[in-house]
Amino acid sequence: MNKPTSILFIITGLLALLLGIFFGAISALQFILPGFFEVLPFFKSRPLHVSLVVAWIFSAAVGGIYYYLPNHCNLPLYSKQLPRIHFALFILTGLLIIISYMLGKFGGREYWEFPPVLAIPIIMGWVLFGFNYFKTVMKKKEPWPVYLWMWATGVFFFLFTFSESYLWLLPYFRNNVIRELTVQWKSYGALVGSWNMLVYGTAIFVMEKLSNDKTVALSRLSFLMYFLGLTNLMFGWAHHIYIVPSAPWIRHFAYFISMTELLILGKLIWNFSHTIKQAKDTYGNIASRFMAAADVWIFINLILALLISIPAINIYTHGTHITVAHAMGSTIGINTMILLSSCFYIIEQTNKATGSGPNNKLIGWGFWIVNSCLLVFFISLVAAGIIKGYYTVENELSFQEIMQKTAPALTVFVATGLGIFAGMLLIVLSALRKLFR
Amino acid sequence: MSLLHKRLFFWSLFIAFGIYTVVVFTDDAGDDMGAEYFTQEAANGKLLYQKYNCTACHQLYGLGGYMGPDLTNVMSANGRGEFIVRAFLKSGTQKMPNFNLTDDEINDLVAYLSYVDKSGISPVRDFSINADGTVEVFSNGAKE
Ligand code: HEC
Ligand code: HEM
Repeated sequence: MNKPTSILFIITGLLALLLGIFFGAISALQFILPGFFEVLPFFKSRPLHVSLVVAWIFSAAVGGIYYYLPNHCNLPLYSKQLPRIHFALFILTGLLIIISYMLGKFGGREYWEFPPVLAIPIIMGWVLFGFNYFKTVMKKKEPWPVYLWMWATGVFFFLFTFSESYLWLLPYFRNNVIRELTVQWKSYGALVGSWNMLVYGTAIFVMEKLSNDKTVALSRLSFLMYFLGLTNLMFGWAHHIYIVPSAPWIRHFAYFISMTELLILGKLIWNFSHTIKQAKDTYGNIASRFMAAADVWIFINLILALLISIPAINIYTHGTHITVAHAMGSTIGINTMILLSSCFYIIEQTNKATGSGPNNKLIGWGFWIVNSCLLVFFISLVAAGIIKGYYTVENELSFQEIMQKTAPALTVFVATGLGIFAGMLLIVLSALRKLFR
Repeated sequence: MSLLHKRLFFWSLFIAFGIYTVVVFTDDAGDDMGAEYFTQEAANGKLLYQKYNCTACHQLYGLGGYMGPDLTNVMSANGRGEFIVRAFLKSGTQKMPNFNLTDDEINDLVAYLSYVDKSGISPVRDFSINADGTVEVFSNGAKE
């Protein structure tokens, strides 16, 4: 196969997405059917799920950037060789991670549950990517559109926060559980912020291309939003650890910073009618359709995120499935929709040459199945979370009693999760068929 | 926004972040209420907790996977305690695997969970809510 590395990253990402959701479905079934699929118990299937879907997000974002810089930004890559090495490292590390999970060899950290040595090739890959990125974009003479800033920020902060998340290797950090949790979630909070920089940058880029309006990415408002996002990336993370008895000012400060996202909510509401109109006008275009879905999901997820960042609410919702609703609601609804939009945009571009578009009908079905299932999936997780939070804090029921009460909601969660898997199969297989051409 | 403004914004944030990072890394040093319970066994237990990926199913301070219960205060909670913890670690359940832990490993895990137990409370049940949405957590005592 003689594909550009950018496309290889995207193909790998789509495969990781399918495989990741497959393991998500297994983990979910294990929730309601104890003993299901015993060869791969929950403590193996969950990390397989989370690591693979995170790999999808990074791989699709990175592949997009490798594609867009030379093809659409007039910025030929500084090195064409480095992306190949990056890709080889990515595949190799990915395989080693999957094998280590299967064998039950863990580093045992949330999100990065693989043995710590595997962080080394990951960091190497990102250094190659970052080096190439900066060498490439520094050549640009005109002012950088905001997405070039966002991608740069994403690359830098990924490297910083990913390394920071390994500070536990030092006893100073590891042997004090309060410091350990504080530093761990400081790094994770910003890490999620850094991948959002890559993904939202991609969103602004694709929207610029779809609308042919170059002014947005250079506008003052876009940069203000970027700085707001950066501030939240740097200082908002402590809303994850309100109940950890770290210094109170850390938490109060995070509460204040988190509430600045109300500005983003305000902007969304302000633009609402415009967004709806645009979605209607461009409905026929697949990339636009996924982007419109992401817009709706940003709105829904932002409201939930703002609510659970209020300590008085967080004290009930923390440690419940509401956190899972927040995590998957935004990684599927926002990140995955944006990245699918980007993938279909690239497919359209590459197919312009061959004159054949993707199978719109199947994708249309997949689109509606995924989005409607996701809505119920999201609501059922929130419901399970409310039930668990309420009975934990107010009634002090035992864990088993609470799990029984959440069982109906979790059953709906599993059923709609399988729906999401089915819908994604339609979408992703159509995309892969085009990309393999 | 001019390039100068952008750079100014960026570097101010960046420097603030650097200072903040150093402060966070060093600030909470005195806050570990369980520090005196942190033994060599507890230190080993911490690593075993990661080695067996307990975090995939359990939370400490509400953080982790959700298949099993939060373990922060399992050593002191009503109807829980060391005896139950050892029993679970020894034989597992239908949902929790039996890891065939050695006696030493079980001792280390118990030491670690005892240490975590002393460091704070999760989930928090005794609190009052302030008008600005913040929460006042009462220390270990029961609800008055
Ligand atoms: C595959 C998921 C899973 C893994 C991995 C797991 N557990 Fe559990 N654990 C559970 C579940 C679920 C329960 C609740 C009992 C039940 O419903 O079977 C439990 C219960 C417990 C309990 C009793 C808590 C109580 O309040 O009753 C302790 C203690 C415990 N686990 C410790 C550990 C430790 C330590 C590890 C790592 C060595 C671990 N578990 C790994 C799923 C898991
Ligand atoms: C694009 C698709 C998906 C993405 C990006 C995604 C992402 C994630 C993330 C980030 C987590 C960690 C959550 C946390 O720690 O709070 C998670 C957990 C989980 N996901 Fe998904 N997910 C996807 C699809 C699915 C589907 C379709 C299912 C079910 C069929 C599923 C089932 C689960 C389960 C069971 C967990 C573990 C929850 C727990 O900790 O108990 N996921 N997912």
